[in-house]
Amino acid sequence: MATLILLAPLAELQAQSPEEKGLEIAKEAEQRDNGWGDQASEMVMILRNKQGQESSRTIRAKTLEVAGDGDKSLNIFDEPADVKGTAFLTFTHSTKPDDQWLYLPALKRVKRISSSNKSGPFMGSEFAYEDLASQELDKYTYRWLKDEELEGRDNFVLERIPTYKKSGYKRQHIWIDKETYRPAKIDFYDRKDALLKTLMFLEYKQYLDKYWRAHKFDVVNHQTGKSTELNWKSIKFGNGFTDRDFDQASLKRVK
Amino acid sequence: MMSGAYFKPNRLNRCHRVAAVVCCASMLFASGVHSADWRGAADLEFRWFADDPLDPRQPSDNFSASFEPEFNHSWNDGRDSFTFRPFVRIDQHDDERTHGDIRELAWIRAADEWELRVGIRKVFWGVTEGQHLVDIINQTDGVENLDGEDKLGQPMINFAVIKDWGTLDFYALTGFRERTFAGAEGRPRSQLLVNTSATTWESDAEDSRIDLALRYSHTVGDFDIGVSHFRGTSRDPRFNPVVSATGEVQLAPHYDVIDQTGIDIQATRDAWLWKLEAIRRSGQGDTYWAATAGFEYTFFGIFDSAADLGVLFEYLYDSRGATAATPFEDDVLVGARLALNDTQSTDLLFGVIVDADGDARSYSLEASRRIGDRLKFSLEGRVFSGISENDALYGFRQDDYLQLTFGWFF
Repeated sequence: MATLILLAPLAELQAQSPEEKGLEIAKEAEQRDNGWGDQASEMVMILRNKQGQESSRTIRAKTLEVAGDGDKSLNIFDEPADVKGTAFLTFTHSTKPDDQWLYLPALKRVKRISSSNKSGPFMGSEFAYEDLASQELDKYTYRWLKDEELEGRDNFVLERIPTYKKSGYKRQHIWIDKETYRPAKIDFYDRKDALLKTLMFLEYKQYLDKYWRAHKFDVVNHQTGKSTELNWKSIKFGNGFTDRDFDQASLKRVK
Repeated sequence: MMSGAYFKPNRLNRCHRVAAVVCCASMLFASGVHSADWRGAADLEFRWFADDPLDPRQPSDNFSASFEPEFNHSWNDGRDSFTFRPFVRIDQHDDERTHGDIRELAWIRAADEWELRVGIRKVFWGVTEGQHLVDIINQTDGVENLDGEDKLGQPMINFAVIKDWGTLDFYALTGFRERTFAGAEGRPRSQLLVNTSATTWESDAEDSRIDLALRYSHTVGDFDIGVSHFRGTSRDPRFNPVVSATGEVQLAPHYDVIDQTGIDIQATRDAWLWKLEAIRRSGQGDTYWAATAGFEYTFFGIFDSAADLGVLFEYLYDSRGATAATPFEDDVLVGARLALNDTQSTDLLFGVIVDADGDARSYSLEASRRIGDRLKFSLEGRVFSGISENDALYGFRQDDYLQLTFGWFF
């Protein structure tokens, strides 16, 4: 009897399928990133074409963690200058479509916009909207592929397949650091299953003794040779944001 | 070249001064986290007209320049904010278009369940593209563009109650702004000149009447809903013929006191935006109602590219029929919006408004592209065809034009 009880967990572990293992790793990663509350950040995005010509975008972002649903976020553009003060308010949801409003400062107009444009480029960059959206567990199905060393650190490699509609990707391969469960790299495969982009998460720093945040996202499009670098200039937690900071009245006060 | 006043403050009346005092006073209580910045735009604009003008005083082409800086300051962790946004335009030919305005000079206090906004501001209501029926707070700066999107700053006290059940906005509009109209050398314009010095008002208070408005707005799932009521001086004037000192027949604006109830609804489902705006107005001739209803559908990533193509369809109705002071009494708007989503944010918007019982067509094209980080090049064209004598657009029948704008942003 005692032997049986002792052996039971081991048997379960051995019987674990790659899908179960993948989901378990994704769940652990999500679990470790729970409870951060809110975040304010400033970032600069540098777009490069094949010839190396650059243009930049400056963005301020506020995010509020919402328990049991996707995050709320407010993104404000500072550069290029002609779109200064333009802002997006987004309520992300894990299963149903996100709610999104666009604020046009010249017209003082708030427009509810369609959020089904998942695969479109964000501000002309190599990031798609879906790459930068809140990463909820239910947005993918998972499968563990292998363990692999990446830049001297042990990583799990998972395949994840989007469950939401209109994704530009057939699948993704994601490298997750074994020690910290933070993402290190993603390979994106387009709808025709050809390798499209590689995203590297670099310059990690830990906040509140718990939460890891990459300060540089580097994405390269293998099909066009274009690349985009997203640099976080500052990240601040514990801002005391509430739902009130993410409503239409606040959107209209954006400067 | 530019005779007359360079800067015509559109009657910086008592209300403006009160607003200015409030704003400056509020800044004295500044504390907490500060942030202040300047931004703005300067534009160079060139218009070229395809046909000879109806009036020999009007030009065949025109240069113009505008400047619109904006100062923002916030304190108390953003709970208090102040904005100042003056605007000035200098026009080569039209003295009326050479004008200035205070677009914004306002202080906002934001609390958990309310906001108080005092000063000169711009407020937009509505969802449709073909016309903005519900939008009534600000007067149109008519000399800027035929599209009516440019507005004069409106002095107001606006108190908003922000609750789970929606937002309730109360407005006291402290002072009326007269619409601006093109002068004799202005183009495009109505065939008969509008004489703003012969303006009449229904209200004895003339432009000092305090107008009131109330709006409830809320988001419920896929629906964004607004219901509003306005009681005050109509932003749209009616016109009475007058004879000027030189014996010229001109139009004198008359501003009625009206009641207008409006509703605007947008339903957002996947790539579909379903839109409705409707108003009922009394006090300006017979009581009437008008509506715009339609949709916008976007094809994302057309032809396996990054570009999006949106198609717009709206029906524009006015119960006054052909006697309506609007050109849109039984019309259909068909439009297309192309966004290349490239580094230069290249955009193109094409639209045609077709009169359902006539040959009148009004075409418009707007395109823009960023150059570098601070410049933007815009192209705008309008063509009027088949305009009959009783159409509200008849005065513009010779005014097809192409406009190029270089904008510099800082």
